Amino acid sequence: MSEKYVGRPVDRLDGAIKTVGEARYAGDHRYPDLAHAALVHATIPRGRITAVEDAAARAVPGVIDVLTHENAPAMKPPPKVTLLNLSTLAIGTSVNHLATDEVHWNGQPIAVVVAESQEAARHAASLVRVTYEEKPAVVDFAAEEPNAVPQKSNALQSARADKGDAEKALADAEVSVDLRFTTPQHSHNALEPHTTTAVWDGDRLTVHEGTQSMAWTRRHLAQRFGVPERNIRMLSPFVGGGFGGKGQVWAGTLLAVLAARATGRPVRLALTRAGVHHAVGGRTPSAQRVALGADRDGRLTALIHTSVARTGRVGGHLEQITAASRHLYDSPNIHLRQSLVQLDLIANTSMRAPGESIGTFALESAVDELAWELGMDPIELRMRNEPERDPIEGRRFTHRMLREVYAVGAERFGWSERDPRPGSMRDGKWLVGMGVATAYHPSLQMPASVTVRLDADGGVVVRCALHEIGVGAATAQAQIAADELGVPLESVRVEIGDSDLPEGPMAGGSAQTASAASAVLEACRKLRRSALDLARRSAGSPLRGATDPRARDGGLYQDGRGETYAEILARAGRDHLEARAGVGMLRFLARTVREQRRWMKAASGAQFCEVRVDQDTGEVRVSRWVGVFDIGRVINEKTVASQLRGGIVMGIGLALTEETLVDRRTGRVVNASLADYHVPVHADVPRIDVHCLDDPDPTMPLGLVGVGEVGITGVGAAVANAVRHATGRRVQDLPITLDKLLPH
Amino acid sequence: MRVNGVVESLDIEPWVSLLDALRDHLGLTGPKKGCDQGACGACTVLADGVRINACLALAMQYADKEITTIEGIAKDGEGRHPLQEAFVRHDGLQCGYCTSGQICSAIAMLDEHAAGMPSVLTPSVQPASAVLSDDEIRERMSGNLCRCGAYNGILDAIRDVAGRETVS
Repeated sequence: MSEKYVGRPVDRLDGAIKTVGEARYAGDHRYPDLAHAALVHATIPRGRITAVEDAAARAVPGVIDVLTHENAPAMKPPPKVTLLNLSTLAIGTSVNHLATDEVHWNGQPIAVVVAESQEAARHAASLVRVTYEEKPAVVDFAAEEPNAVPQKSNALQSARADKGDAEKALADAEVSVDLRFTTPQHSHNALEPHTTTAVWDGDRLTVHEGTQSMAWTRRHLAQRFGVPERNIRMLSPFVGGGFGGKGQVWAGTLLAVLAARATGRPVRLALTRAGVHHAVGGRTPSAQRVALGADRDGRLTALIHTSVARTGRVGGHLEQITAASRHLYDSPNIHLRQSLVQLDLIANTSMRAPGESIGTFALESAVDELAWELGMDPIELRMRNEPERDPIEGRRFTHRMLREVYAVGAERFGWSERDPRPGSMRDGKWLVGMGVATAYHPSLQMPASVTVRLDADGGVVVRCALHEIGVGAATAQAQIAADELGVPLESVRVEIGDSDLPEGPMAGGSAQTASAASAVLEACRKLRRSALDLARRSAGSPLRGATDPRARDGGLYQDGRGETYAEILARAGRDHLEARAGVGMLRFLARTVREQRRWMKAASGAQFCEVRVDQDTGEVRVSRWVGVFDIGRVINEKTVASQLRGGIVMGIGLALTEETLVDRRTGRVVNASLADYHVPVHADVPRIDVHCLDDPDPTMPLGLVGVGEVGITGVGAAVANAVRHATGRRVQDLPITLDKLLPH
Repeated sequence: MRVNGVVESLDIEPWVSLLDALRDHLGLTGPKKGCDQGACGACTVLADGVRINACLALAMQYADKEITTIEGIAKDGEGRHPLQEAFVRHDGLQCGYCTSGQICSAIAMLDEHAAGMPSVLTPSVQPASAVLSDDEIRERMSGNLCRCGAYNGILDAIRDVAGRETVS
């Protein structure tokens, strides 16, 4: 394969259409008789609906129908979640919406108003009066924490690990820290609120929706509405941000489809911003303990990491909060436990680096604190505990470059200029601090199918139901196909975002690009073989007798002789050649299990942060950032850097501002808006220097390891560690708001 | 109302927002709805050249204004506005949902700066006292959220275009 495009900072192919306003998202499609839907959300955390008064709503001009559990056609109940059918992972919650009078969380959608206009639907929804019989609800995470029960392990994650006797080693350690950390609930707050446009034509259904999992959503809708999967077409060419929040099927999707079926009209249901908080899960809050013991030379003798997270009583994602502690440090004694409480709140879901993002905050803060106790440089402490093999299971690492990322990062950041004494570096009223932390996220592949077609004019069409949530999905695959076939990038078209295409992986687990790349490579190789076979059978082809031609210049060439694909096809009288590739679920699962036993593979990095803390107000500003990453081979330097920066920006929010506030009495989210839930803005984000080692992982397609999530890991700790350096204060409860830095 | 140079006549209720009028009634879906309460900036359009949150504006109040959306910002004879090209070149976007608002906002922001309008960072309210530093751009663009975190690229794109305009 010639590498003309892979690795290059190619402009994203959909950049032009996105910058002129012509990219069509789920709410941008017009239908002549489109109706609009709005949700009514429950106002109690738990109980039963005793009456719904909808006369005032129905009297609003333009209202078509008000659907409640009393009159809505029932959907089939959601199936049980099982790893034997991965699409069941798409279930957001076990509640069968509008088929029950039960209320399971404050904000649960309990009615849908369908009207001729958005305004009529929303106004009418505000007029629906619901009375309830309220039951006691458990909604306070902190109060419930003592009742946590051990989380069960499953095939995807292990919720516990033991090696040696960590508590005893901790008690015996020459130097130790034992810290408790808390992190709040977070909301993805993708800028596009969840929006569904649903159109029934008989028993055929078209759904426009920004989703991270077209295939699973389609399968789920087929099951819930009792139609064959092939009757449903999901269209999702552009997704206005996801971060995990669009990976599952939530009430808005189901109720848009239900409302369209009940009214016989195409229906659009765009959640309000508050509605997103009430109808879509976020990241679990956590309480964590990290205790580390070491000898005076900084060699770890004990590592303890335990966590409590929550689910809803009606479902929720299980986060691998202690996962990074399985892989980062060599210690003869390790104890890891994850526990759960169940609350009467909406099911939580995965959000960018579920587990690692908040788990690394606790682990990497504790490692930094141990460095303070030892009087040792925190990078040196990490290097002294760098394992040769995966510390618990003894697996080999496919690729372990943490020493290199720290060395490069320290150089780029100017770590040697750091005066290690706390509060020693100043710039006027600002206390300056520098901190580091390790980024780590396991690498994953999922099944993917693609077709690649060569057309008579030399054009190449790659087809795969990929999700464009901002990662440049089509661009990366176009670069790979162009190199593998030796054609100009301009002649490759990548069709994505349509469930009629060959099934793609979900956009999750940082796995989409690698998963699709594997199939694209295989299809391109098949295509080259087919083209060569065709040429060798054609009289007069310069490729007759060729055995191992190179793909270049739009065709196949060996020893200076060859011809273009267009010429090969013309000579053979064919208008196209097509190849399909992909692995089935069984082969995929077998390979994954086999690989997991043998190897530990991951993306990793070193996060370097400089903060300025106002000595009077405690205001924290992030003033400089360097992130150096090992993500294997870089496919597109430009889009990869953007994705890593995006993770760091979201991590700055996690560190300093983001917190979903749940009313401890009522379970209601009280800051369900972008005015009150503070995501980072332009002024919060400094220049972020991102550098990738670009060293291929030998076990991954093209050597690429996923990049979507590693960027956010370690960020919370890097900020907290910099604040510790600036102020001498160790903040253990996120977010690091100024009240936590003022003298008490 | 004139929208992107074309006179449009709409028969709508008084409570319809400018954003909904543009999107649902005129089919201009470039401006996006991210929050419907003026907190995210995804709906930013220009009204007589001034940036506004279209979700907080009632369409009827703008009956005598010239509205410009992302679909109409390219100058006559140009395929694309220089900022549109710069956003691609500097990768000032990921999912693209905030992009229309970022670009419209940036156009008006540069005009505001050229007209001598200060920001909270500007040392003096005297006209033209603000050098358009990176921090000034960040401050003046902070009403436009980007959850993908493309802020570095957006800043580079704006600075690129602002710099070239200054030179010419």
